[in-house]
Amino acid sequence: MWRMHQSSIVLPNLPRRRFVQGLAAGSILLGLTPYLRPAWAQETAPGAVTGTVAILTGKEFELTIAETPVNFTAVPRMATTVNGSIPAPTLRWREGDTVTIRVTNRMSTSTSIHWHGIILPYQMDGVPGVSFPGIAPGETFTYRFKVRQAGTYWYHSHSGFQEQTGLYGSIIIDPAGGETIRADRDYVVQLSDWTDEDPMTVFAKLKKNSDYYNFIRPTVGDFFRDVSTEGLSSALAKRSMWNRMRMNPTDLADISGYTYTYLMNGATPLGNWTGLFRAGERVRLRFISSGTQSFFDVRIPGLKMTVVQTDGQNVEPVTVDEFRCGPGETYDVLVEPRDEAYTIFAQSMDRSGYARGTLAARAGLTAPVPELDKPQWLTMSDMMGAMNHDGQAMSGGMSMTAAPARHAKTEYGPGVDMRVDYPRTNLDDPGVGLRDNGRRVLTYADLHTPGGPLDPRGPEREIELHLTGNMERYTWSLDGLEFGKSTPVHFQPGERLRVILHNDTMMTHPMHMHGMWQELESPDGGFQVRKHTINVQPAQRVSFLVTADALGRWAWHCHLLYHMEAGMFREVVVA
Amino acid sequence: MIRASSVLMNRKIGMKRRVIVITAVLTMTGLSPAWAQHAMPGMNHDTMSGMSMKPDMGHESMPPPIRDPHAYSDGYDFGPIPRPRFADEHKFASLLVDRLEGVRTSDNTAMAYDLQAWYGRDYDRVVLKAEGDVDGGKLQEARSELLWGRAITTYWDTQLGVRYDSGVDPGRSWLAFGVQGLAPYWFEVEAVGYMSDTGHSALRLDVTYDLLFTQRLILQPRLGANFYGKRDAARSLGSGLSDLAAGIRLRYEIRREFAPYIGVAWAGKYGGTADYARSAGLDVRKTQVVAGVRFWF
Repeated sequence: MWRMHQSSIVLPNLPRRRFVQGLAAGSILLGLTPYLRPAWAQETAPGAVTGTVAILTGKEFELTIAETPVNFTAVPRMATTVNGSIPAPTLRWREGDTVTIRVTNRMSTSTSIHWHGIILPYQMDGVPGVSFPGIAPGETFTYRFKVRQAGTYWYHSHSGFQEQTGLYGSIIIDPAGGETIRADRDYVVQLSDWTDEDPMTVFAKLKKNSDYYNFIRPTVGDFFRDVSTEGLSSALAKRSMWNRMRMNPTDLADISGYTYTYLMNGATPLGNWTGLFRAGERVRLRFISSGTQSFFDVRIPGLKMTVVQTDGQNVEPVTVDEFRCGPGETYDVLVEPRDEAYTIFAQSMDRSGYARGTLAARAGLTAPVPELDKPQWLTMSDMMGAMNHDGQAMSGGMSMTAAPARHAKTEYGPGVDMRVDYPRTNLDDPGVGLRDNGRRVLTYADLHTPGGPLDPRGPEREIELHLTGNMERYTWSLDGLEFGKSTPVHFQPGERLRVILHNDTMMTHPMHMHGMWQELESPDGGFQVRKHTINVQPAQRVSFLVTADALGRWAWHCHLLYHMEAGMFREVVVA
Repeated sequence: MIRASSVLMNRKIGMKRRVIVITAVLTMTGLSPAWAQHAMPGMNHDTMSGMSMKPDMGHESMPPPIRDPHAYSDGYDFGPIPRPRFADEHKFASLLVDRLEGVRTSDNTAMAYDLQAWYGRDYDRVVLKAEGDVDGGKLQEARSELLWGRAITTYWDTQLGVRYDSGVDPGRSWLAFGVQGLAPYWFEVEAVGYMSDTGHSALRLDVTYDLLFTQRLILQPRLGANFYGKRDAARSLGSGLSDLAAGIRLRYEIRREFAPYIGVAWAGKYGGTADYARSAGLDVRKTQVVAGVRFWF
């Protein structure tokens, strides 16, 4: 499984289409702040990693946000950094401590930091215009709150596109009663996407040409290939509905490897972030999906991964070959490597590129990098939910939806390109690109939080929100209303609510509600898993319970940054 | 088609005659599916508005329950902190020069241009359209339009504004109303009706399609037609179908924004317009090789 390559870098088998592989070492060029110097990752594993993320511990933290030149692709660009690094320093807290974080803005624009998944008073949540006014240039904002949870989390800017330009870092919270997940090594693996373009330019391009970054669109050649393999009528049938509907079966990611370089702990694929181990050790990998617009499908060829935590919450261990990690989500896995080197391979959902790193017994070892999978087309179930070609409800996934969907009256306008009347509700679909790939792929049906829900009460009330958009116009909304036309969603203090998210689009949306846990329900209404970010697949309907125990104003949005920026965002008022 | 026209009139656009003309022409060109929705089982698609909603799958007795998206607010509004402003409240701008091409004629090379620009938000925009020919350093024929574009359905915008024609013939000013959008099977369609200050009426149709040979090599067939309500001797135009232009252009997108192309353009004059051309000793049919660039930003 391993090969020795002293100094030469193993070039992965070139993907069908080249994507930006990046420099061997993405480097912060200049303007290093004094904070960059201390504590490299040495605290977790002595002399271990080539990744260079500082780890800050204690109860008091000083973070300085600045614009710093960075170079991932041989093109110098300005990035938004915390203490001069990408990712930002790892913050290591202890459950039960009260932490104080002073964040100073050294930029000419306003900024913010949101503590993703952390339960705290709303004024500390860091969403400009919702929790506080933001951190003005030159200003220092002091965050102070009691840490009431443990696990793997992360933080990022909630201002403009600063998350895309580098402002994200990890948070590790040690449990008050000591760690229950035993591991000999412990690494954060933070996945992200980088573009040399100005993110607002990227966004404007999508507004003008929503498939600008899609280089897997169906072609004449694909058609004739299908004709020769499947016959003419099948090839025509495969296309007719999509074409009639003006929907694109390859609309898997709005932004692709055409502009993105995918990063692992701030290292490009050629930079090859490496985590060291000794054979026989048990290694904990804390995967954090910080891609702004990228879902990552993660696997480590040659190793089984035992998922032990998601979104900071322990789950009953489940062993898989691969898992999909949506923007905002975290997955902690345990691996027991025995060979010399393994590739950590995180391909983007549209298969246009990957983040890559290595688990190695010694620095400098590498393992083969797999080829990118072939992109799969979206299927009818991604368009029509629990409906087969003949318009009949299928037996699977229908247990919750005997009645047709309840669309909002605002879903019948130009901002909505699809409405699913009979959504699918099953949680055991790994999603497009991972179906029937021969590997054991994690699904939400595999995730079980031990100990049951935090609040044993059943729901007193239901709220239903539809995820909507128009790919052609590149508008994204909830219930057909972009944020600018919306009104807040009101929760009664203390009430136990069922929230139904119904996806009327053909993209997967990682929905993130701030301030309160979301307890996902299984299709039959049982408790499944506690999360802060829930992927809702195309034409899928999921429900979760939430206890409105956090007074104040909170953000609730799609964690695809460009969808949020397009207005796929709501304010929640608990009052 | 009944649905299309009734919807437009329900929107109190009040340009009944033109709507009927547009509707008729759309019917002629077989574009009715653009207006009518295809009721897919399990899914509603591009419905013009709530009123044309029909429950699918024979649930006629059970109208779909419609939610009020503001009901969850219980009257709460945003707090004292100014709320976030996302891109749905930003304005964007775009210029697409769809054709900027040289046309080889017997003795010289003429130039043609066709562009469209817009500025505004997702559902309301100022739209500028311009198309024309330059030959021998002289503007032969040009159409310029300034329109308010409003998104009315998933794939269709209405456009309302003014048009000015210039060139070697006497100028004409027009009021313009039409639609632009994406028809099923990915046809880009423009259909605009006009009423001039001299009492003439006109209708212009333009349909294009992108056929992807590869992700960058794209063949674009194009069909354009002009119709006039009555004869306009000053501009040598007859009534009815006046001219048709068909073209096929093969472009290579070096970047999405920049694509050189080559192609063949075919043009024909019909009816009274053809008579005027013949009496002036001009060709009524011509086939030309074109080469140019398509670019946008």
